[in-house]
Amino acid sequence: MSNIEDLKTSVINGRRKDAKLLTTALLEEGTAPEVLLEDALIPAMSVVGEKFKNNEIFVPEMLVSARAMKESMKIIEPKLIEAGIKPKYKAIIGTVEGDRHDIGKNLVATMWKGAGFEVIDLGVNVTPTAFVDAIDEHEADIVGLSALLTTTMPAMRETVSAIKAAGKQLKIVIGGAPVTQSYADEIGADGYASDAASAVDLAKSVLPA
Amino acid sequence: MKYNALAIPDPDKLIYGVSPNPVTTRHGMVIGGGTVYPELNFTLPDIKIEAASMPEVRRHYQQIVNEALTRAAELEAPGVMLEFETLPPMTEFPDFGMDIVKILLEGIETAHEKYGLKATLRATPNDNREFVRPPLMRSGRYWEAMLELFERSAEAGAEFLSIESVGGKELHDDALVNGDLREVLFSLCVMGVRDMKFLWDHIVPIANKHGVYAAGDTACGFGNTAMVLAERKMIPRSFAAVVRAVTAVRSLVAYECGAVGPGKDCGYENPILKAITGFPMSMEGKTAACAHLSPMGNLAAATADLWSNESVQNIKLLGGMAPTCYMEQLIYDCRLFNEASKDGPEAALQLRNWLVKSDAGLDPQAMIITPESSVAIANAIVSSENHYAAGIAAAREAIRLMRESSESGCLKMEAKEAAWLDRMEDDLDDMPDTEEEFIEEMMEDVDTDKFVPEDYELPALALS
Repeated sequence: MSNIEDLKTSVINGRRKDAKLLTTALLEEGTAPEVLLEDALIPAMSVVGEKFKNNEIFVPEMLVSARAMKESMKIIEPKLIEAGIKPKYKAIIGTVEGDRHDIGKNLVATMWKGAGFEVIDLGVNVTPTAFVDAIDEHEADIVGLSALLTTTMPAMRETVSAIKAAGKQLKIVIGGAPVTQSYADEIGADGYASDAASAVDLAKSVLPA
Repeated sequence: MKYNALAIPDPDKLIYGVSPNPVTTRHGMVIGGGTVYPELNFTLPDIKIEAASMPEVRRHYQQIVNEALTRAAELEAPGVMLEFETLPPMTEFPDFGMDIVKILLEGIETAHEKYGLKATLRATPNDNREFVRPPLMRSGRYWEAMLELFERSAEAGAEFLSIESVGGKELHDDALVNGDLREVLFSLCVMGVRDMKFLWDHIVPIANKHGVYAAGDTACGFGNTAMVLAERKMIPRSFAAVVRAVTAVRSLVAYECGAVGPGKDCGYENPILKAITGFPMSMEGKTAACAHLSPMGNLAAATADLWSNESVQNIKLLGGMAPTCYMEQLIYDCRLFNEASKDGPEAALQLRNWLVKSDAGLDPQAMIITPESSVAIANAIVSSENHYAAGIAAAREAIRLMRESSESGCLKMEAKEAAWLDRMEDDLDDMPDTEEEFIEEMMEDVDTDKFVPEDYELPALALS
């Protein structure tokens, strides 16, 4: 009999093959896919995220865990869709127009996926219109905007304005080296995360429980 | 490999202000000739750069050059390098960039006429090629516009041409966050080296045509990205230190193609390159905290021929506009270096050693660019038969230096950092003997959708 705790441990330790085998076994033994997600994978990534926040591990170790979760998700996801179970939150993320920096944006996307969000990554140099179109298409709950240059901060402001002008009610959060909480307040964003590690907490704090 | 011996084999000769192959400017600055000069870098506050905002953009640069050079003259600076590192729209639309080049050159000439100040301009078009995904490295409008800006800047009178090129970055960011040394080596020593060769074979002829200097490149987008990630505790400092050592192999290619320095400020690999080439180098350290943090604020000055602030926004501080304040800081640092030199080589060496010792034991990234480490890594590079082997040799040497320094108590390193030394050594032990084998293996492993293999002279599809 497989143990859900073992699956959680395999993800924490980044053991991809074990995660895959345990996921398959647990499903065959009758464990519901949403239980695997809620009781093993998301808590595992939460542990990993905490370790990272506490400087116990580095990003490469965190990503090893994320890849183990991904292996498990490849098996679970079709079952969830089959059962009509959707992720609790849908997020869109991108680097604003004129800016092609994406390390921070990619890490936030990984952290959000680890928290069970469905994440649509629009990439870099994303125009305000492309953000609005993607929000329309995917009916997202939250959008994350990233900028690394002072000269692309105005594009962040324009993107927030475009989203609001289009009447979108979703939450907007921002991040990037030159960005601050006061800038978020100034441009009407709902929140600011100073680093990828705090992006999950931020998203959860602005989204309805 | 062009270089098979070191221009500066003795670590005690690897020192600020002095290079075996100095360069002389039109106004008579001799960079690497015994004097350290300030190199001021600056950028805009949050302004969107477009035709409508260009009058405001021009006003910013006019203010920067006029106020900063006035302060430099008041403080009797022996000379000043200004670096104009463009923002993306200024390279994309060379007319925007040239507006600023002209303003800066006029400011330099005015300061020369008015105060007798020796000043010069380094033009650094930013590398926009990655604005399309996958990047087009050898064709397309971004490539053409970049070359146009180099050409027109040189023609207008910018005496030094530099760039922070991005070849290989398509894979390198992922390599960093995954802690993947093999992919780092592939990005820097296979892709990066090929792109550098192609790029500098275009820049050097432009410089020669206009009688200006092809100065040098920097692996900023690689080594400094690693450094910033390490500062934020996202990747191990020991890993970032190895990345830094390997970046020297990539940056060296500019000099192999005919660049003559001064190397660009944000290349913290420059001490290694100075040891190899003997060309002068710009460095940045504590005075670059306005742009990014670093663990080697003093040590970076130990081998500097120009002393820089990396980049500061034109915003008001209590003392004045930020670029003017930074000009003052750089000048005072340079005064100290030059005053020590006036007291003779022993005094200069004493100051250099203090700069080194104050940082070297506290961080592996600092330790691997001390003069002794730089010469050791430089030796490993020039003893290699090609860039692939040089990358591996540089990485191995950096690991050896860190391990020995840590074991002898000269370098503080946390256990979780030290564990990465074994991990990286294992990766190096698994590297194939030849570059051909390595390319074959990597083209099966990496995401080939992220780059255009032909632009790197790599097979379009996996070889298997």
